[in-house]
Amino acid sequence: MSARRLAAEQPGSFAFASATMEQARWWIAKYPPDRKQSAVIPIMWLVQKQEGWVSEPAIRAIAELLGMAPIRVLEVATFYTMFHLHPVGKHHLQVCGTTPCMLRGSEDLKALCKRRIGEAHAVSADGLFSWEEMECLGACVNAPVVAIHDYYHEDLTPGAFEALMDKLARGESVTPGSALGRQTSAPEGDATVLTDASLFDGSLAKKITLPNLPEKV
Amino acid sequence: MLADKDRIFLNLYGRHGADLENAKTRGAWNGTKDMIACGRDWIIQQVKDSGLRGRGGAGFPTGLKWSFMPKEIKDRPHYLVVNADESEPGTCKDRDIMRHDPHLLIEGCLVASFAMGAHACYIYIRGEYVAEREAMERAIAEAYQAKLIGKNNVHGWDFDLYMHHGAGAYICGEETALLESLEGKKGQPRLKPPFPANVGLYGCPTTVNNVESIAVAPTIIRRGAKWFAGIGRANNTGTKVFCISGHVNKPCNVEEAMSIPLKQLIEEHCGGVRGGWGNLKAVIPGGSSVRMINAQESETMLMDFDSLSAAPHRSGLGTAAVIVMDQSTDMIRAISRLAYFYKHESCGQCTPCREGTGWMWRVLERMVTGEADHSEIDLLLDVAGQVEGHTICALGDAAAWPIQGLIRCFRGEIEQRIDRYRAAKGVHQVRMVAAE
Repeated sequence: MSARRLAAEQPGSFAFASATMEQARWWIAKYPPDRKQSAVIPIMWLVQKQEGWVSEPAIRAIAELLGMAPIRVLEVATFYTMFHLHPVGKHHLQVCGTTPCMLRGSEDLKALCKRRIGEAHAVSADGLFSWEEMECLGACVNAPVVAIHDYYHEDLTPGAFEALMDKLARGESVTPGSALGRQTSAPEGDATVLTDASLFDGSLAKKITLPNLPEKV
Repeated sequence: MLADKDRIFLNLYGRHGADLENAKTRGAWNGTKDMIACGRDWIIQQVKDSGLRGRGGAGFPTGLKWSFMPKEIKDRPHYLVVNADESEPGTCKDRDIMRHDPHLLIEGCLVASFAMGAHACYIYIRGEYVAEREAMERAIAEAYQAKLIGKNNVHGWDFDLYMHHGAGAYICGEETALLESLEGKKGQPRLKPPFPANVGLYGCPTTVNNVESIAVAPTIIRRGAKWFAGIGRANNTGTKVFCISGHVNKPCNVEEAMSIPLKQLIEEHCGGVRGGWGNLKAVIPGGSSVRMINAQESETMLMDFDSLSAAPHRSGLGTAAVIVMDQSTDMIRAISRLAYFYKHESCGQCTPCREGTGWMWRVLERMVTGEADHSEIDLLLDVAGQVEGHTICALGDAAAWPIQGLIRCFRGEIEQRIDRYRAAKGVHQVRMVAAE
């Protein structure tokens, strides 16, 4: 388990932005009318998008919106580790550190973060950066992986990662994907599978008769 | 090597469009209406005949699972919930299915929901997969637009499909924890029975299936159960997406025949082990939760449920996420990092797991430096055995198995590490340190 607590310093109030509220309604509509509580994680996520982190007033506001006891919302906020209970930097870097990434060099990426930004979860002096170690991000064949603003940057080396940080520091945008320029999760180099052109020429879309049809149909 | 024509995920790497039109040229949504016209029992029989076993790790026969749902819809609606909370270290197959072949999954959701009498389906995707969630939302919107799903759709079975997401809890990949999370609570697993087929989401009959299990179903029915059953070995049939990570020259995802020899998988698709096959030290063959196998066993191992779970290695196919480690790997550290993962991800509900995962991790951390006692190896093994099988869900087992695998394969390495530490310090016995 990871013990997580709310931040000591909390803002006085929280209000849903109208765009946030609009999206929140869209989420609530996905569940049966008497099951609004189901939307708590997606809505907390929207709140985090709006504010950068999840504060206590926000937790109370979510509870009110969904008709939940505040303690139930607090439970969710502390249980799920993607919710930031403290303010983070403008660019929050999530470095995967679990074994498959570790085998491919995530330790070096963590060391780089420590050197450039400081300890995990601390915000850099200029407020631009913070970082944390994540548990398996689920992109292991593209290890090591760092998630920046929700999107994955893959096959990183310390050099490539530092270049990304430089770009962010200059206020430029960064493009997610493989630092090696490889095609998603395909093996590097020329394609060895899925090269049969007849699979993609539309012949598979021709009307078919299903095998093993029951006799009566 | 599996022939391209026998592959199900034709756009695994995203070289082609993921949109509806492109998906249709690759055969998605072909004959779906005919499948539904054949009725529930026929569909379930096809899936049973294909020998498809769940692709999420446990390998339970999918058709059989579907048949557990009540035959008739009574006062409670039925639900299909798709488990896309792919968090098992080493695994990244569902990610590719969702971002590159989403229509196969949507079609599978419709067919499976029809077979189980469900008019609604939720796909629970892990919170970190934002790009994949967006890809799915796009594809679902297309399917609604084309009236393939939704009310009064062309298939004649009213069906609503919703994406739902989590927020970074590995435990939500356990089916009952997933349901709790989907209901807006902490993801703590439920006691079974009652099983979800009886009391699942919102107390209604529910089946939870892995993304890959659902996404392969329509193609199996299109091409025939016999075709699928003809690939692989008996009881281990079909194709499977393997994720090969770690110390190989070209890590990748690839769809291959079940029961492919591990060595062939690594040599043919991944450019071999870094530094050559002789440089191999060990392989975790099915995602972090299974016991590792050593280089010698890897030589002849077949990648399927039965050969991997056999004694003495008692490993498992799991999610078919192959983590390869070469001679440069510090095995104790590699497993200690996994132990930390389980400590971090334990939901805290059952004492053996909540306390045990942390205890095992702390002992392993000392073993990494060698600051431990020889007797602690057996003590660790004993504690791992106490955690295993004594928790509500399988996370306790999953935390124990990698450690048992480590000690089976590399006990000598741990002992050497302890000896080396003592020699360097000039001590004969390290004072026992309480793990707390």
